[in-house]
Amino acid sequence: MTNWLITKNNSKVNLLDIPTLEMSQLRSEIISQEKRPVGFFGKDWGFGTTRLFVILADDDNGELLISSAMFSAEQKSYESLTQDVPSFHIFEREFYEQFGIEPLNHPWLKPVRQNQDKYEFFEMKGDEVHQVAVGPIHAGVIEPGHFRFMCNGETVYHLEIMLGYQHRGVEDMMVKQPSNQLAESICGDSVIAYNTVYSQIMELLKDIEISPKAQLIRKAALEMERAAIQIGDMGAVAGDIAYAMGSAVFGVTRTLVINTMLEWSGSRFGRGLINVGGVNFDISEDEIKLTLKTLDKVAKDVDRMAKTMLKNSSVMSRLEKTGTVSLEKAKEIGLVGMAAKTSGIPLDTRFDYPDKWMKELNFEKKPFKGVGDVNSRFKLRYKEVKESLSMVRKILAKLKDYEKEPVLVNSNKELSKDSLAISIVEGWRGEVVHIAMTDGNGNLSRYKIKDPSFNNWYGLALAVRNNGISDFPLCNKSFNLSYSGNDL
Amino acid sequence: MFDTLKSRIYQGNQFIPDIPNAPMRKQFRGLPSLCNGKCTNCNKCLDVCPTGALKLNPLSIDMGKCTFCGACKNICEAQAIDFTNYYKLASTNRDKLIITEGMTPEEYEKIAVEVRKEITSIFSRSLKLRQVSAGGCNGCEMELNACSNANFDMGRFGIDFVASPRHADGIVITGPISKNMAYALEDCYKSVPNPKIVILCGTCAISGGVFQNSTELNREFLEKYPIDLYIPGCPVHPLTFINSVLSFIREKK
Repeated sequence: MTNWLITKNNSKVNLLDIPTLEMSQLRSEIISQEKRPVGFFGKDWGFGTTRLFVILADDDNGELLISSAMFSAEQKSYESLTQDVPSFHIFEREFYEQFGIEPLNHPWLKPVRQNQDKYEFFEMKGDEVHQVAVGPIHAGVIEPGHFRFMCNGETVYHLEIMLGYQHRGVEDMMVKQPSNQLAESICGDSVIAYNTVYSQIMELLKDIEISPKAQLIRKAALEMERAAIQIGDMGAVAGDIAYAMGSAVFGVTRTLVINTMLEWSGSRFGRGLINVGGVNFDISEDEIKLTLKTLDKVAKDVDRMAKTMLKNSSVMSRLEKTGTVSLEKAKEIGLVGMAAKTSGIPLDTRFDYPDKWMKELNFEKKPFKGVGDVNSRFKLRYKEVKESLSMVRKILAKLKDYEKEPVLVNSNKELSKDSLAISIVEGWRGEVVHIAMTDGNGNLSRYKIKDPSFNNWYGLALAVRNNGISDFPLCNKSFNLSYSGNDL
Repeated sequence: MFDTLKSRIYQGNQFIPDIPNAPMRKQFRGLPSLCNGKCTNCNKCLDVCPTGALKLNPLSIDMGKCTFCGACKNICEAQAIDFTNYYKLASTNRDKLIITEGMTPEEYEKIAVEVRKEITSIFSRSLKLRQVSAGGCNGCEMELNACSNANFDMGRFGIDFVASPRHADGIVITGPISKNMAYALEDCYKSVPNPKIVILCGTCAISGGVFQNSTELNREFLEKYPIDLYIPGCPVHPLTFINSVLSFIREKK
């Protein structure tokens, strides 16, 4: 028997086919594979036993590797992986918090989502060193989280981030009463990404093939979401460096994109658009025409403002070399998505795990040269807006070939038994991973969600080191990570 | 600098001139419109509603629970359920959020918000709010941020979000109130000087929404303190928010 079950993105496997190894063996297997984790989570396996599932991503070949290990009721610890592969640090902390199985010699086994008030923060001592505590309620209208800065004067030595304030027990709720509406509310700025990935999971488990038209509409909506948020965040970065013109212009330009989403679906963020079995709304020919016209204006306005902004030397002096995450550090801590791209890791699951449309519509991964600072993150957003808008145009043009097709098929079916389904969708922040398991009766028994923010929050902590504390809002906005997606 | 000025001229004025009468796209799902006579009691809508906002006999929708997803409308073969694009959804009374047959936008506007002299006399020209996200998904938060952008420009009415509860006249709560945020929320409320108001913004805040059955919530705050305004929506549209607050702090014309 092999040690890994190899599968693709958007696939369903039988639980019986997943190898079960000894933990020590699984540990050395993971280290020797040298691949990045997308899943590392436990499941209660009855009689006090716990089964640990590990899913690694082979981005070069577009494959996913699945394996597992069983912990008996007495076995309450194992030698931590983080010592050898640092990017596992957050996964092991989560596993420990959820199942109480301790990764021994983990360098920093602090809470992920619980017991914030009992945790003692890392402390630096010295005459000139002081702490600044911020949150959980922040100055702006954003989600809650606690930030503890260790500073020398205005320079930040280290930032500790404590999250979990948003914890709503989403994974449990997804098992008990899954719905599209719940999926949309896990992380409300990535409505399309979350709802698409949830719907794909359910379609896999129910063996439903959705129509090409519905697939295209989902794809178009995903790119619209990406464009809208990236434009909004370009405005937010401009706002944080007090460049009011950029903030205002990007703000109103984003409105054009999300109001187009409102025309498609009745909601500015595309809520209610996607359903298990397809999409709820068709896009009429008139709407396509209107959308194309709007997108032309959006592309032009973004281009104009971004160029004006990037020509301004006082803007550049704030963006360049601020909040840098080096390529080496990014690899070590396992950044994903946007944050990884800006540090020079070309991760993008749209292209690394392509579906048939990526080839058919000739979408290709375009390289991005980033050095991991705020400037790179701003420029990446600018690049992604342009790419997403052109992708939407192509997708909408393709829709004409499928005019008479239905957008929604019947989804009233039983779930497959004893299965594990995995789906990854590249949201605007990065890969959104959902994994679902069913039991012998065809009921959901475990639902695991991984937001890109889960990997990337530590990247923000590293980015602000040796920066002025006043640049923290700028660094934070340039990442714009999710609290609710992380806290679940 | 000249480029920046050129951009200013090119952009022109982007603000919506008349916020209380701003047009809304027809696709927007706002105030429900129900027809009891058409309902065949097939119960299909009850099955698809994620939050139990619907009741039959007589047909009603509780906007405090409704996520405005439109699933009930899509599945109702008898066409007994529809959503108008009317967006002024707020009420000062939780019970008035329950919409039954025959509720028209005109009627709802008349009964929904009870204007109180002590509120209008103090806050009508200036209302500074502190927003607390207590398990909010960032949907309502993004829309509340949008209230201050160049399109909606809430500041023109003297309504603003401020950085500290000490500077605020009230708090706006979004999200279903997670256990881990319960303490911070109460702390924030206590830090706001009197007189103060509490606004629940979004379906999650009003009823828990899709998270109402979660074991990780602690909604005791809502029982302890008086709530002044309920603003339904998932998420709340900026026009809904601004007009709701305006109708609450200003005398009806």
